[in-house]
Amino acid sequence: MTDTAVRHEAPTILDTVRRVPWRAAVVYIGFALVFAFFAITQGEYFLTATNLTNIVVQAAPITVMAMGAVLVLAIGAIDLSIGSTVALAALATAVALESTGSWWIAALVGLAVGALVGAMNGFFITALRLPSFLVTLASMGLIAGLARQLTDLQSVPVLDSTFTWLFGSGTLLGLPILIWWTAVVVLVGWHVLRQRKFGAHVLAVGNNERAARVSGIKVNRVKMAVFTVSGMTAALAGILYDGRLGGARYTLGEADLMTVLAAVIVGGTALTGGKASIAGALVGSLLMSMINNGLILAGLSVSQQMIVRGAIILLAVSLSLRGKKSQ
Amino acid sequence: MSTATSTRTPLKLDGIVKRFGAVTAIQRFDLEIAPGEIVALVGDNGAGKSTLVKIISGLYQPTEGEIWINGDRAEFSDPSDARARGVEVVYQDLALADLQPVYMNLFLGRELTRGPLRILDRSRMARETQQLVDDLDIRIPSAKAQLSDLSGGQRQGIAIARATHWASGLVLMDEPTAALGVAETAKVEETILKLKERGAAVLIVSHNMEQVFRVADRVTVLRRGTQVGTRSVAETTHNELVAMITGLAS
Repeated sequence: MTDTAVRHEAPTILDTVRRVPWRAAVVYIGFALVFAFFAITQGEYFLTATNLTNIVVQAAPITVMAMGAVLVLAIGAIDLSIGSTVALAALATAVALESTGSWWIAALVGLAVGALVGAMNGFFITALRLPSFLVTLASMGLIAGLARQLTDLQSVPVLDSTFTWLFGSGTLLGLPILIWWTAVVVLVGWHVLRQRKFGAHVLAVGNNERAARVSGIKVNRVKMAVFTVSGMTAALAGILYDGRLGGARYTLGEADLMTVLAAVIVGGTALTGGKASIAGALVGSLLMSMINNGLILAGLSVSQQMIVRGAIILLAVSLSLRGKKSQ
Repeated sequence: MSTATSTRTPLKLDGIVKRFGAVTAIQRFDLEIAPGEIVALVGDNGAGKSTLVKIISGLYQPTEGEIWINGDRAEFSDPSDARARGVEVVYQDLALADLQPVYMNLFLGRELTRGPLRILDRSRMARETQQLVDDLDIRIPSAKAQLSDLSGGQRQGIAIARATHWASGLVLMDEPTAALGVAETAKVEETILKLKERGAAVLIVSHNMEQVFRVADRVTVLRRGTQVGTRSVAETTHNELVAMITGLAS
């Protein structure tokens, strides 16, 4: 019923080639190419189980943030404040852990800070109808300043062993706990976007806000929820940094905004809204982590890494966005 | 499907008046539409057609007069009230999400779910959509096709199918073919006539006199906020309607 009625004449090879959704496939092809490249050039260490696991573990905070960013981009907005939210939430969690000694209160405090930041962004975007770009650009600076001010630029140690096990160094059934966190958050993200009414409403709002509104979708409520979730995924990323690094510092998450956006966009989520891919964002995040890993193995200096990474992201993003108009 | 099957009047407008401050947009408007009847609303720009559409769809509230839907008095404070009472609107600029599949558009804002977890029931939505477009003879590749892969006429067909699916009272069409070419307009008109067969009541705003004669049973004319008259299409002429619209004679 679905595919048989589409075409009467047999499709030519050219048609078949044209029908492949290249833009959605870029991230998988890119992943395969980069993987092959590092496997050949850095084979002796790159391909070890430890290193491959490491790539996924290192990607965990980015992957978690990417799930929130997918939703934000899907409504046709952007959240530039996630990087600084990581720092503020990580610091809040560390301080709460220090003063209460309870790992779960600390984690809740961190998540609440993220939710609060997201809800604040959402309020300015919906109630005052300001563009998300400007609102989150401002809150990015505001939150970064707050994180610095509140901690006097000092780092806060995280020593609680339950906390560091659960959010960083633990292993469960032979797999690092951060891989479990990644899996859970990705599955939840997929479920929300693909299986829930909310996900359908997110895509509708991003695709055609007016159509969503006349169809009875509460557009502002959807936007509020999306920005709150984005703040919370950034906060969870901050908590995972706390656990893995054994402490928080205002510089956490500083460089993550670009990586997250690159992962999500390369993964096939449209900047213009209405189209989103959770699987693409996951693979995009792993791709970024793999590039990082491979460049370190190749012995590039930090500045050289930055240059190469920027160039690769630019290439990947232009490949995944090119040809969108002709669709 | 929730087509109006009752013998009650899907739409009755009784003495509708709309004033904006000192300006009277609609002086007095009465209309009844029977099930399976298509009534055209015509008039020049600024005659009050869109004001009337906005009143029936719940966007504006009438200053005076009553709206009756399926025999019950209706007060709409916003469009969702009107929708809840079975009034569906087809807009000329396609209020659709074109990156979504056809079935998602049909169920936009009213998605079907299954199970205690309320998971989207995509296969059922696709099945019901296919059934509906088949019934209405709207030819599309598949209910799962992305909307942007369809032609303008097919898309307006989907918009009309959506309105039909959800309307239990009235389908309101605001210039449904204004953005379409000749062939696509013909196809959409066929779909509108299909609605009539199914017993839906349709109020269609149109600028196109030929279209009015092709699809409508009756036509009512607005001129500068005044309802000049209502004619059966079989008993009027193009010239009479133009005269009523422009006020040259009546």
